[in-house]
Amino acid sequence: MSAGRNNTNSRNAMRTGMVFLSFVLLLIVAGIWNLRSGSVRIPLGEIADILSGRGEPDSTAYSVIWKIRLPRILLSAVLGGALSLSGFLIQTFFRNPIAGPFVLGISSGAKMFLAFTTIAVSGLFSDMPVSATVAASFAGSVLSLLIVILFTGRVRNMSSLLVIGMMISYICSAVTDLLINFANDSDIINLTHWSMGSFSAASWQSVRISVLIVIPAFFAVLAFSKQMEAYSLGEGYAMSLGVDIKALRVLLVLLTGVLSASVAAFAGPISFVGIAVPHICRMLLKTEKPILMIPASFLCGAVFCMMCDLAARMLFSPTELSISTVTSAIGAPIVIWLMLTRRNRNGG
Amino acid sequence: MADNRNDTLPMISTDGLSVGYGSVPLIRDIALSAGKGEIITLIGPNGSGKTTILRTIARQLSVLAGTIYIEDKDIKTLSGSEIAKKMAVVLTERIRPDLMTAYEFVSAGRYPYTGRFGLLTDRDREAVENALQMVNASEISDKYVSEISDGQYQRILIARAVCQEPEIIVLDEPTSFLDIKHKKELLEILSAMTKDRGVSVLMSLHEIDLAERISDRIICVKGDRIAAYGTPDEIFSGNTISELYGIDPRSYDTLLGKLELSAPEGEIRCFVIGGNGTGIPFYRELQKKNVAFAAGILMPNDIDVSVASSLASRVVCSEPFMPVTNEQIEKARKLIDLSETVVICGCQKGEYNEANSELEEYAVSKGKTVVRSLSGLREVL
Repeated sequence: MSAGRNNTNSRNAMRTGMVFLSFVLLLIVAGIWNLRSGSVRIPLGEIADILSGRGEPDSTAYSVIWKIRLPRILLSAVLGGALSLSGFLIQTFFRNPIAGPFVLGISSGAKMFLAFTTIAVSGLFSDMPVSATVAASFAGSVLSLLIVILFTGRVRNMSSLLVIGMMISYICSAVTDLLINFANDSDIINLTHWSMGSFSAASWQSVRISVLIVIPAFFAVLAFSKQMEAYSLGEGYAMSLGVDIKALRVLLVLLTGVLSASVAAFAGPISFVGIAVPHICRMLLKTEKPILMIPASFLCGAVFCMMCDLAARMLFSPTELSISTVTSAIGAPIVIWLMLTRRNRNGG
Repeated sequence: MADNRNDTLPMISTDGLSVGYGSVPLIRDIALSAGKGEIITLIGPNGSGKTTILRTIARQLSVLAGTIYIEDKDIKTLSGSEIAKKMAVVLTERIRPDLMTAYEFVSAGRYPYTGRFGLLTDRDREAVENALQMVNASEISDKYVSEISDGQYQRILIARAVCQEPEIIVLDEPTSFLDIKHKKELLEILSAMTKDRGVSVLMSLHEIDLAERISDRIICVKGDRIAAYGTPDEIFSGNTISELYGIDPRSYDTLLGKLELSAPEGEIRCFVIGGNGTGIPFYRELQKKNVAFAAGILMPNDIDVSVASSLASRVVCSEPFMPVTNEQIEKARKLIDLSETVVICGCQKGEYNEANSELEEYAVSKGKTVVRSLSGLREVL
C-alpha cells in the first residue's frame, strides 16, 4: 500500500514538473516569437544583440524592440497572468466553473466611468489621452469593487454575491447606455474598442504600474492558498478549522478585484482568459490544489495572452484585431469542450 | 489534585447555551457534556434544532448566550487552530470538489498542523494514511472524491476528521444517505474510535434505534428546551420517545427499539392464534390490508406480543410463567365469536398453550372460516 502511494506521489510530482516546465518553455517561445514578428521582421540574432545591449541604439529595430514590442510582451504576460489568476480565484469562491473575473461587475463599472470621462473630455480635447483612459477605467473598477466588498461582509453565501455582481453590471450598463446617447461617433468607437480590449497602448509606464500591482497581489494570493483549499471544502468546514471566513472572503474579493481592475485599466475587459485558462490548468495538473493552481494559472495565462496578442497583431496584419476577438474565438470552444468532458457530480 | 480534576472533567460541555439563527434563540439553556471516550447523541424530530446546536458548538453559528467549554477552557478564549486541534467537525455540507483525490481530501484534516502553505510532512502523511486505514478506505485513496460512492465518501469524511487528531468529533447525521451495511460499519468505526483512542463523540442521529445502541447518553431535542437528557435506558423507557416524536406510544416498542405502523381501526374481523413468532407475518398482512384483528392467547413474553400489541385491536395474554386461566379462554372465545375468520398459525403446542388447541376446535365448531397460511389469508381477504 505504502509503495503504491509513493508511486502515485512521484507520478503526480512528475506531471506537475512537466506542466510547469512546459509553461516556462512556452513562455520563452512566445516571448521570442512575439519579439521577432510584426510589420518589421527582426532576425533572432539581431534580437539577441539588441536585448543584450550590443545593438545599434539608433536603428529602427532597436526602437521597435525596446519601445514597442518588449513593453507590450511584458504587459500581455503580466496582465494575462493577472486575469487568469483572478479567474481562478472567482471560480474557487463561487465553486462555479464558468464564473469569470468580470462577473463582479468590475468591467461594467470601468466602462461606465470611461464613457462618462470620454464624453466629458471629448469636449475639451480632440483625442483622449491614454493615461485618462487608464485612470477612468481603474477608478470605475475600484468603485464597483468597493460596492461588492461592502456586500461581501453581509451576504450569507457567495452565490448571493454573484447575483449582486450581475446586478451591478446591469446598473452600470444602463448608465453607460444612457451616456452613449450623448456621445459622438468617435467616442462610441473609442469605447467599443476599449471594451474589446487591446495591448496596443502598452508602455514602460503601464508595465511598471501593472507589475507593481499584480506581482504583490500574486504573492498575497499564494500566501492564502492554504485557507483557500480549506474554503473549497465548504465554508462551514473551513470555519471549523479556524479559518476566518468573513475576512477571507473580503480579502479574496479584494485581490480578485485588484487583479482584474488592472487588466481592465490597461487593456480593457479581455474576455474568456479568466474562464478558460484555469480550466486548462486543472486539466493538465489533474488537481485543484491552490498552491499549484495559483502559479500554474498565472504562467498559463501569461502564455495564453502573449500568443493571443501575437495572433491579434499578425493574423490580418497590418489590421490589428482586438484581443478579445482572439481570446473568445479560442477560449469559447475550449470552455465548451471542457464542459462536455469534465467529470462532475456536484453541478451536473 | 489537578489529576483528580482531569479525570472527571468533561472533554466538551456547555453551560446555559442558547442557540439559533440570527439573534432569536431557538433552543435555550442547553447543558450537555461528554467525557473522554463517551458518545453523546442528539435525537429529535426533523427541524427540532439538532443541527443548530451542533453548528453552534462547531463555531459556525454564534453563541447567543451561555458558554461552550473544551475541558475547562471557554471556547472563546481559544484560537481557531487551538480548537481545531481539539475538535473535528463532520457536518452535512457535502461538497465534493472535482479533481481532488480522497487522499488530498483527507489530508485537509492536517490543516491545524501544517505551515503557511499547507505542505505535508512525513508525520502528516503518516496520520493521513492511518486515518484512511482506520476507515478501510486505503484502497480508494487515489480516486477522485467526485467518483466515489456515498458510503465511501462518508468514510473519508470521518477519516478527514480522524487525521485532525482531535479529542472531540462532532458529527451531524453521519448515517444519512447510507444503507444498513454502511450505517453499521460507520457506527462501529465511531465506537472503535472512542474505545481505542478515547475520542469523545457528539453527534445527531435520525435512527433512534441506533442511537440507543451506540450512545452513552442521549439528548432529546424538542421545543425551546432540551426535552430529556439521560442514559439510553432512561430515555428508552416510558413514553419519552413517543412524546418526543409525537407518535402513538403503542407504535414504538421501547424495549426492542422497534417501530410499527398504526393498528387498523374498526370492528374486529379476524382472530389470530399464534405464538413463538408464527403470528407476526399474519399480523403484518392484516395491518397492510387494514383489517382490524385480535390476537391470542399469547404468553406475555412471547415475541409475537411485541408486534401484536402495536397492530392488534385486542391481545389476550396469560400471566407471565403461568398457565392460561379459564377467564382468558372465555375472553378469547368472545373475540372469536366477533370474527369472521380465524387464523391458525401452526405454533407448536405445549403445556402452557394447550388452550389454543381448544380455541382452534372452538372456531371450527362455530363454523368460522379457518385459514392456515398467508396465501389462504390473502384469498379470504
